[in-house]
Amino acid sequence: MKIAIVKYNAGNVQSVVFALNRLGIEPEITDDPEKLRTADKVIFPGVGEASSAMKYLKERGLDEVLRSLKQPFLGICLGMQLMCKHSEENDTECLGIFDLNLKKFPPKEKVPHMGWNKIYNLNSALTKGLTEKDYVYFVHSYYAELGDETISTTNYINEFSAGLHKNNFYGFQFHPEKSGVTGAKILKNFIEL
Amino acid sequence: MLAKRIIPCLDVKDGRTVKGINFKELRDAGDPVELGALYAEQLADELCFLDISATLEDRKTFAELVKEIAKNVNIPFTVGGGITSISQVGRLLAAGADKITINSAAVRQPELVSQFANEFGSQCVVVAIDTKYKDGEWYVYTHGGTKSTPILTTDWAKQIYNDGAGEILLTSMNHDGTKNGFALDITSTISELVNIPVIASGGAGTMEHFKHVFNEGKADAALAASIFHFKEMEIGDLKNYLRNEGIEIRS
Repeated sequence: MKIAIVKYNAGNVQSVVFALNRLGIEPEITDDPEKLRTADKVIFPGVGEASSAMKYLKERGLDEVLRSLKQPFLGICLGMQLMCKHSEENDTECLGIFDLNLKKFPPKEKVPHMGWNKIYNLNSALTKGLTEKDYVYFVHSYYAELGDETISTTNYINEFSAGLHKNNFYGFQFHPEKSGVTGAKILKNFIEL
Repeated sequence: MLAKRIIPCLDVKDGRTVKGINFKELRDAGDPVELGALYAEQLADELCFLDISATLEDRKTFAELVKEIAKNVNIPFTVGGGITSISQVGRLLAAGADKITINSAAVRQPELVSQFANEFGSQCVVVAIDTKYKDGEWYVYTHGGTKSTPILTTDWAKQIYNDGAGEILLTSMNHDGTKNGFALDITSTISELVNIPVIASGGAGTMEHFKHVFNEGKADAALAASIFHFKEMEIGDLKNYLRNEGIEIRS
């Protein structure tokens, strides 16, 4: 199986590579449109800032490439956020794959939302085998609202989308690659889609 | 609800764990990779690896080690020890570390905190504070708690929070190594002063100590070394105890 990881100016790519290696997959990190189009599956990871990431993608025409992909596509953390419509982080227009906006957490509790939290309303092939007792690892200061594309939710300060799905596009706010055995199950589910 | 975190800390010297002894499950108890993977399996929530090697040459091998840890550990981990530059941080993060921690270097060069936060994001900048109670005040100490400074711990915590630190690792030198419990007062003071997570460190001896540091100390996470390394406490037993005490803990 050919799994491509989108190469761009965001961190945390290596952790996703290692998590896939543990599942016996050797992914290719690439920004070559042709390689992205012909991969069996594409993963769009990332830790970073929204506006500089979008700028980078647009300058290379990767925004159009990503939007047009037809194979199973998984965004993680910043990757998922960039798949939404708009982020309050530096007032950034994102890819618009998901019809949702990103808001900054109000400082009622500590921000970022950092650590292990439960996910609820598990409603996707990617969360097959998980229960609402399982914890996953989050690190983020902006959250996606709830909407029709929400496939799992979490509560921190308020309820928000922990997972999103539309057609071939999936996104998770948390880090499956850092979420122990639970996260590995999610990545395995994605690989087996 | 966000779970409270339990973080075993491993001191690494010349690529070997310093305190790792007495582990029957391990082929090689001195191997930080194997020990880290075991803790992850036992449901540690994060890991912390501190490089206490003396020379720069030995620190280069640490980056290689970080890569091996990242390959084998499926939970977040923080690395630190002798970090003074953006290029060092970049190397460690690229090797697969999730966060880095700085201590004395931040006191010497406070601009490092904002530099690191701007370059890599606050979420990966953990500022460690060694603090000591003296003459009625908590002061910042450096160099493993051996050098005093005139800086009040509350002032320093506010400053690094404003500069973009993502987390504070707070060690009370009065409590470290005593096994008489964490410093509850300064931990809760700092935790309420800044709107970022506080990891309490120093003094863990019993399971009750962890309960107190989460409840009264208002810590978001608790770090310990020797009680885990010497198997005085199993992470699983500790987590069961805390859960039974009504504390949100990942199982």
